[in-house]
Amino acid sequence: MNGAVGSRPLLTWAVHIAVLLLVTAWTIPTLGILVSSFRDKEQIVVSGWWTAFLPSERNIVARAAPPDEATEENGRWVLRGNIFEDGAGSVSAFGVSIQRPTEFAPGDAAETRGGEIITVQENGDYVISYPQRPEGSRGQRLFVTSLEAPKFTTENYRTVLFSEGLGRSFINTLTVTIPATVIPILIAAYAAYALAWMQFPGRALLLATIVGLLVVPLQMALIPLLQLYNNIGVGKSYIGIWLAHTGFGLPLAIYLLRNYIAGLPREIIESARVDGATDFEIFGKIILPLSFPALASFAIFQFLWVWNDLLVAMVFLGNNEEQLVMTGRLRELLGSRGGDWEILTASAFVAIVVPIIVFFALQRYLVRGLLTGSVKGG
Amino acid sequence: MAVSRAPVTHAVTGAGAVSNLVLAVASLFVMAAGLAASIVLAVAAYAVLSFILPQSMLLRAVLVMVLGVTACVGYFWSSNKLLDTIYPASGENISANLNKANAIRPWLFLGPSLIVLGVYLVYPVINSAIISFYGPNSQNWVGTYNYEWLARDASFRESMRNNILWLIVVPAASTFFGLIAAALTDRISWGNIAKSLIFMPMAISFVGASVIWKFIYDYRPEGTEQIGLLNAIVTAFGGAPQAWITIPFWNNFFLMAVLTWIQTGFAMVILSAALRGIPEETIEAAVIDGASPFQIFYKIKVPQIWGTIAVVWTTITILVLKVFDIVLAMTNGQWGTQVLANYMFDWMFRGLDFGRASTIALVIMIMVVPIMIWNIREARKERQ
Amino acid sequence: MAGVLMKNIRKSYGTTEVIHGVDLEIESGAFVVFVGPSGCGKSTLLRMIAGLETITGGDMYIGEERVNDIPPSRRGIAMVFQSYALYPHMTVYDNMAFGMRIARRPKEEIDRKVREAAEILHLSPYLNRLPKALSGGQRQRVAIGRAIVRDPKVFLFDEPLSNLDAALRVATRIEIAKLKESMPDSTMIYVTHDQVEAMTLADRIVVLSAGNIEQVGAPIELYERPANLFVAQFIGSPAMNVQRAVIDGTGETTTIRLGEHKAAIPIPSPADMSGAQVHFGVRPEDLTVASAGSGLIDGRVNLVECLGEVTNLYLDVENASEPIIVKLPGVQRLSRGEVVSLSADPGKMHLFNSEGRSLLYL
Repeated sequence: MNGAVGSRPLLTWAVHIAVLLLVTAWTIPTLGILVSSFRDKEQIVVSGWWTAFLPSERNIVARAAPPDEATEENGRWVLRGNIFEDGAGSVSAFGVSIQRPTEFAPGDAAETRGGEIITVQENGDYVISYPQRPEGSRGQRLFVTSLEAPKFTTENYRTVLFSEGLGRSFINTLTVTIPATVIPILIAAYAAYALAWMQFPGRALLLATIVGLLVVPLQMALIPLLQLYNNIGVGKSYIGIWLAHTGFGLPLAIYLLRNYIAGLPREIIESARVDGATDFEIFGKIILPLSFPALASFAIFQFLWVWNDLLVAMVFLGNNEEQLVMTGRLRELLGSRGGDWEILTASAFVAIVVPIIVFFALQRYLVRGLLTGSVKGG
Repeated sequence: MAVSRAPVTHAVTGAGAVSNLVLAVASLFVMAAGLAASIVLAVAAYAVLSFILPQSMLLRAVLVMVLGVTACVGYFWSSNKLLDTIYPASGENISANLNKANAIRPWLFLGPSLIVLGVYLVYPVINSAIISFYGPNSQNWVGTYNYEWLARDASFRESMRNNILWLIVVPAASTFFGLIAAALTDRISWGNIAKSLIFMPMAISFVGASVIWKFIYDYRPEGTEQIGLLNAIVTAFGGAPQAWITIPFWNNFFLMAVLTWIQTGFAMVILSAALRGIPEETIEAAVIDGASPFQIFYKIKVPQIWGTIAVVWTTITILVLKVFDIVLAMTNGQWGTQVLANYMFDWMFRGLDFGRASTIALVIMIMVVPIMIWNIREARKERQ
Repeated sequence: MAGVLMKNIRKSYGTTEVIHGVDLEIESGAFVVFVGPSGCGKSTLLRMIAGLETITGGDMYIGEERVNDIPPSRRGIAMVFQSYALYPHMTVYDNMAFGMRIARRPKEEIDRKVREAAEILHLSPYLNRLPKALSGGQRQRVAIGRAIVRDPKVFLFDEPLSNLDAALRVATRIEIAKLKESMPDSTMIYVTHDQVEAMTLADRIVVLSAGNIEQVGAPIELYERPANLFVAQFIGSPAMNVQRAVIDGTGETTTIRLGEHKAAIPIPSPADMSGAQVHFGVRPEDLTVASAGSGLIDGRVNLVECLGEVTNLYLDVENASEPIIVKLPGVQRLSRGEVVSLSADPGKMHLFNSEGRSLLYL
């Protein structure tokens, strides 16, 4: 196609632009929380994250130094200072009354009813000159609109990881995910081999059942299993959720692995049999090493699935510090800290960063897995 | 010779009088013995090691994992060994022994999977159906009361309406965008990078995606600076900002956008593979026949991948039926966004009525059944 | 070393029988080739010897032992597969050592045998390579090496050359022939659909068709004295020309009438066959062009294929369903539409009765 004579440059450009638009639309949402999670929490609420790299406008109410610190200069009492405590920022307008906070431009002289003349410079320096010696310790209020340089910080991450309990949830999620990924692989691989290369009555029926179980909604399993767990004393425990995830992931594991293993060349297995290998040896020495790609793709599926799961964790694990997983914590934060975007964005990013790394590192296997059996149960 | 998918036949024929009962008993015995041996060993090792090692959650998890895997391997190894000991492949009964061993061995391999599938999927499906005829605590029989209640329940009707909306919109939108993305990215040099980026939301949890999109839909009163992207765009064009996820009916679509955003990558990956699987000759023939790129796409390519489109569509459909996290996290079913899975969860944990919750679960199950049957038939066809 | 004996071997898949009672004795140390068109059951038969297919009926002996119920690994056989069936994740060395490791042989013995086999097959430099780093011919040699180290009583080859290109096929064929020479005591059974392989390698050829043995014999015997029409047309290329004829005279020599021509063929026939319809066969390479009218068959040239070392003529003959093919040596300058007369040495003519069986074997 691409090599064909007379391909149209205009169309090619249209394709490039269309793809660019698609990619933008699909990445911008994630980019939004990534950028926001690093912004200063005061800046997040006053300007959109897309302006994060531009200076942001902020309204400050500053109080000048106490009037009794004024010194006499040429017959007037003068007070000098800077409204920015940290020295950053740039004044775009100022005012002396709350009704008109942007009345004057920087450098203008504002005169109050008491005869004071107030000037604020762009860099925040102010000069107040009084006609008489002023008294009192309450400083003059100054209303300043300031342009601030963008501020980036890792403070949000420190907050969510250590004081919002996300760090602990991260470990909990890890504790759920790793065994819930490893256990099903092993038992499914044996079953898949039996279904692919051994002969026994009921094989076809069993395969059909597994294909059927692939789409059974998780909702069907929750209540009976909850009751079962309570009756036999498993309750809300890690072992319970590991086995639950194993059960829910098993149809896909068996299906995926069986398809792959059944596609291995028959002659290799026969050759091993002629060489005297038993089924057990064939499985361990030939099938397992050769099935690595399929094992890897299922492992990624199951890993992403378990890591990202909310429902199973909510049902089979508790809400306490020792058991609350990241998705559960994130949902809780959505409820309790609904407007605190610095917390939410940082938490969300912590929750998605591991799957995204896994995703980019092992995408190849994920795609291959999707192509061999693209039906996910649960 | 084509590589056949039939199983390797063992070199051992039915030597006749092998009683099935004896075999079944023997296989159960071997399975149980293997299982018992490996569990006892694993538990003992756990007891000893957790006594020695310091109390750390992570360490314990690693320990349990290692032991779990060891127990699994131990089961397969020991049951297999036991089988070879009971029916040795030597001596005068060699052929009878091999026969029996080969009849039992598949069940040893399948055993753990069958038990787990039985307990975690088959039993619950049957049990859920039964529970739906009982009251809140599954104690007293209420007959079809739960079903009658469901038929009259307004929230259920709302959930059904929304679920049907989801079922129409999300698979259609995801497949559509996926197809477009697949077709376009295959034509450009940086297509693989583009694909990766569009595919990436697949890795993000539904809750994470909900946070991401809630940020986009964020609403501030009119006159203040909008920090949600959608409202910022609307106000930039002179519109009034809206609290998007509270607008009845239309808010459903804003939730669907989240799932579409996640699933488009999936559709794209599968469809892209299908598009690349189309024989190049058919496209070249169309080029010679003078078809335009659009005609080639709609008249040559798409018709050849209908089967794959159907698979993508049904897979997303199944996912949509179970959509729960997004609704829970974004609206919790308020403002007319309830869906079946969240409604079921509501009755399970807030309503504490297992009977009603099971009835709702059963409705989801019934909606899946046609797809289940279709899948089984397709899988059968493939094997023949 | 051991021979193979089959008594009334049958194989069915469900209700379909694919091998219909084969009786065959293969002597110890023989090189036997099973040949036949695809689907004739030759591979199934080989796989039954190997133990990869169950035997539905009859008895199979390797040496003195009845092996019907013995698993493949205990039959003392080794098999070389069409697709090589190398373990892709193991090196050449590990591939060859696999069987002995499974059998828990001592390390030194494994090492010695693997290196010996590698030496024979010129694989020594490649022992640490993975199969994917080898050429097709090298892979096939590894597969053969894997068989050699097992030190089997019987070697089984299942179309081992059909995945190789033409040049390699010839080279590997010669190597297999040399291998057999160096192991005169080993019995080798070789399946192929390629008659050149069969003719060049075999001591004895077993021709199979539709689950039955058609003929067993030395290569030249099959060529010169085919037992039936199937064998006659299967062995030799282009295939033997067959025409309908009527027996005119019986006795020590049979006289047939072929259209207007008559021929006396030195094949005996019983008196009751006088006037019977028979099939007259003659190989394309046995026909010569005679002066017009003096030959046995007259035909019009329809197509001339000049290959240089031979020229094939396709002749249309009256009352014949198929064209007669003549294979003449060297370059022949004939053109389309020419009428030629063909003759042949009566000693090289074949006669088959109406059921297709050769009169030689009646």
